[in-house]
Amino acid sequence: MTTLLLADGEATAHALTAALQLGGEVHILEVPPNVLAEPLAHFITTLDGYDAIVAPATSTGKNVLPRVAALLDVMQISDIIEVVSPDTFKRPTYAGNAIETVQSTDAKSIITVRASAFPPTPLDGIKRIELGPSDSSMSRIVSEDAPKSAGPELGSAKIIVSGGRAFGSKDKFNELLVPLAAKLDAAIGASRAAVDAGYAANDLQVGQTGKIVAPDLYIAVGISGAIQHLAGMKSSKVIVAINSDPQSPIFAVADYGLVGDLFTLLPELTAAL
Amino acid sequence: MKILVAVKRVVDANFRVRVKGDGTGVELDNVKMSMNPFDEIAVEEAVRLKEAGTATEIVVVSIGPAKAEDTLRQALAMGVDRAILVVHDGKTESLGVAKTLAAIAKSETPDLIILGKQAIDDDANQTGQMLAALLGCGQGTFASKLVIGDGKAIVTREVDGGLQTIELVLPAVVTADLRLNTPRFTALPNIIKARAKPLTRTSAAELGVDLGLRLKTLKVEEPPVRAAGIIVGSVAELVQKLRAAEVLP
Repeated sequence: MTTLLLADGEATAHALTAALQLGGEVHILEVPPNVLAEPLAHFITTLDGYDAIVAPATSTGKNVLPRVAALLDVMQISDIIEVVSPDTFKRPTYAGNAIETVQSTDAKSIITVRASAFPPTPLDGIKRIELGPSDSSMSRIVSEDAPKSAGPELGSAKIIVSGGRAFGSKDKFNELLVPLAAKLDAAIGASRAAVDAGYAANDLQVGQTGKIVAPDLYIAVGISGAIQHLAGMKSSKVIVAINSDPQSPIFAVADYGLVGDLFTLLPELTAAL
Repeated sequence: MKILVAVKRVVDANFRVRVKGDGTGVELDNVKMSMNPFDEIAVEEAVRLKEAGTATEIVVVSIGPAKAEDTLRQALAMGVDRAILVVHDGKTESLGVAKTLAAIAKSETPDLIILGKQAIDDDANQTGQMLAALLGCGQGTFASKLVIGDGKAIVTREVDGGLQTIELVLPAVVTADLRLNTPRFTALPNIIKARAKPLTRTSAAELGVDLGLRLKTLKVEEPPVRAAGIIVGSVAELVQKLRAAEVLP
């Protein structure tokens, strides 16, 4: 059993844990950031001798791996949260409301891994595979817009403070959340509503269609707790909800709830730390 | 320019699904079904391209039970020209669906194919990428902006690090993310007109595609339930509890 693992940032170490659970050796394919899906998928299909191909379920993994799977005529298993046996996995469906256990009948396993469901394993001593020459006439990068926020990455932060539409403006969102995040060395997240309203950049969205996170502490402020948002954060170890509406669904998943006005409670919380 | 759009009939996004007691799946009887929300965005984008004069014809495809005609009629009401229903009862997987769409794309020869980035039932996020692979064309996944010009598609993609803009040579496959557009409300006159628009039926067998499942579903279960939390009375109490739980320094 030999597994190829696609590297993609900090999620790689988490996906490695899952890859090792398949048994056997793991080789890591380093992927430079400017390589698009078409040449990368083609290159992977030229590599022989792999029984499984694994990638973290990052935007790169989700983009490339199904292309590889189709080229190899394999049905991919997306977003696994548990390795039951080398060909059997648990994965969430219906925005996390049903957990399926599926067994592959294909000759190879091609899987993406939900990073937050597996602890990291150090990459030391793992064999690296170099990406061969690859060019594609099908696509090219025009531009990249990476708003670099201060503080830790959302996907790997121990603490996340996340804001919703209740902030009412981008200014208030930043004015109240940034000092709190700085004090806690936390990453900032946002609900879909806050992103749609323009309070936060799209890459801060936590939820089923944004980032799936599981920090030690998740503080949801002014977030009502739509099912799509809960799907992205309900595996967090400790959840705090601060919301003015005691009926908000966010309180159903919160370990500690604080009912009240975020505009007074947040500065108070920042000052208390 | 001709556009092909693919849509899936799924459990409505606002309906909370329940896992069946015997662990074989989720309860699908007497459940409200709708067009997959991401596919609705795909349809809207195609219709806008036609309204802008960029596209001349839009064809919509669905693979599903006879009832999936409702989903196709909704797409027709939004402004799609004609529909193809690949009648199939029972579960489908992305790979089989991608092969079916590839077979249709080979006969329809669209310049652009737009799909939702994922279906909200199986949450696989695979079909568009697989279709692009099978057709040997470029893919612009998780699109939040699409511009067509000069035989190319400029796609702005929502990626983990922010936004990435790529250029694809047409024909190409684009998958729609949430912020690509806001789908229109379909007015009653258009719903009535859609009944008269052409809809053809075919099957995977007629297309020469095997929709047999590659994955065996061994069990479906409810996610673990979180223990009930408590409401604290003040910021001071919250901080004290979080320190006691050792998640705050």
